Amino acid sequence: MSERIALSALEDTPSLPLQACELSYVVGERTLINAVDLTLLPEVITVLMGPNGAGKSVLLQLLHGLRVPTRGQVLCAGQPLTTAHRLRQAMLFQQPVLLRRSVAANLDFVLKLRAPEDRHAERNRLLGDVGLLDKARQPARRLSGGEQQRLALARVLAVRPRVLFLDEPTANLDPASTALIENVVRRVHQAGTKVVFVSHDAAQGQRLADEVIFMNHGEVLEQTAAVHFFDAPTTRSARDYLAGKLVF
Amino acid sequence: MQDFGDAFALAGQLLVSFDPDLREIVGLSLRVSVTSVLIACLLGFPLGALIAVGRFPGRGLLHVFVSAMMGLPPVVVGLMVYLMLSNAGPLGSLQWLYSPAAMMIAQTVLITPIIAALTAQVVADLNREYHALFQSLCVPAHRRVAALLWDARFSLLTVALAGFGRAVAEVGAVMIVGGNIANLTRVMTTAIALETAKGELGLALALGMVLMLIAFAINAVLMVTRARAVERAYV
Repeated sequence: MSERIALSALEDTPSLPLQACELSYVVGERTLINAVDLTLLPEVITVLMGPNGAGKSVLLQLLHGLRVPTRGQVLCAGQPLTTAHRLRQAMLFQQPVLLRRSVAANLDFVLKLRAPEDRHAERNRLLGDVGLLDKARQPARRLSGGEQQRLALARVLAVRPRVLFLDEPTANLDPASTALIENVVRRVHQAGTKVVFVSHDAAQGQRLADEVIFMNHGEVLEQTAAVHFFDAPTTRSARDYLAGKLVF
Repeated sequence: MQDFGDAFALAGQLLVSFDPDLREIVGLSLRVSVTSVLIACLLGFPLGALIAVGRFPGRGLLHVFVSAMMGLPPVVVGLMVYLMLSNAGPLGSLQWLYSPAAMMIAQTVLITPIIAALTAQVVADLNREYHALFQSLCVPAHRRVAALLWDARFSLLTVALAGFGRAVAEVGAVMIVGGNIANLTRVMTTAIALETAKGELGLALALGMVLMLIAFAINAVLMVTRARAVERAYV
């Protein structure tokens, strides 16, 4: 892989639809993901829901290539997932991992990797999008929790991803930061990026989702339009989950 | 043999007057040790980072070897370098034996494993934190290493200063390969050993005080630097 990858050079790599084919992930005796088949289309925001330990984060990591499946494969536009595809994907983690540098330097790290034409302008645009332009020179790890997550979001957007995975990015954030992140996610989606969002929060799912994938015990129990899922979930687990009951 | 009072008085005189012999010995000590540390850092930082993040056959063995080399006895290092640089040795033609260059080589051999092993630990800890991010962004290996070394810079400063402390306080190896020749290879530690053996405690004490002063200064710089880094959450 070359040190810097010009964004224009990646434009021709088709990334979607994203498919999981008989995807399984086993650690020791435990099956964390069990024969998952699904297709993610570009037009919709997909929200992955389910109780703790359902396998949502693991599935996200498999789709992003951070874990190697035990069985099955991930396909991008019908082709097996490769580094070329992964370069057009990005993931926002629940706990933002920030470099021990300034806010601006955190963005520059990614922008240098992807070599956009005007790095300075791009950095300012991204910081403006997440409301951190006035904090560009501050140490990144001295920001508040919400600001750190917004910076992490700006950094993944610097990749100009075709597919954006978000793993419970607003867990533990204040409502203002949550709203800002949701708005940016909607804008990114409208601009043509496929969004796959993991959330525990049914209200957030209703605000964001066009499509819901409901998981439990490493299996996909439902993949349906958000309207149908929230109005009439077809599985008992999903009904219990939405009713606020404990789902095992 | 001077009594202690006279010895301290003479040491004070030498320090206040900035005695030329004292100045020369201190200057050479710093030149040899600082050069050795710089070379050891150039070798040890990348080697440590490679051990921490590299995935190659023999990595574990290399780590064990480098860690074991941390405990190398200085006189053994001195002997090895002596054999290499003596006329009968493979590097004899360089004629570096009993020169500052030989002392730099000995100190570099002595402290490179220390710097590499400590760097490996620091970088491995940071890599655990950054690993998923780097993987997600498909960061090439050499950029990962560069980023890890840069972000660990304040911890690596401590590592470098630990190496400097070891180098500047070293006596056995530099005595063997330098020969403790006046005005040529005499450094603080070898001079202290010689003057003490002769019973001339004034110069020995003055040099000892300078050595202590250097140690305090280094620690002060280190503490201030780290405090500023902690303030900015860079460590």
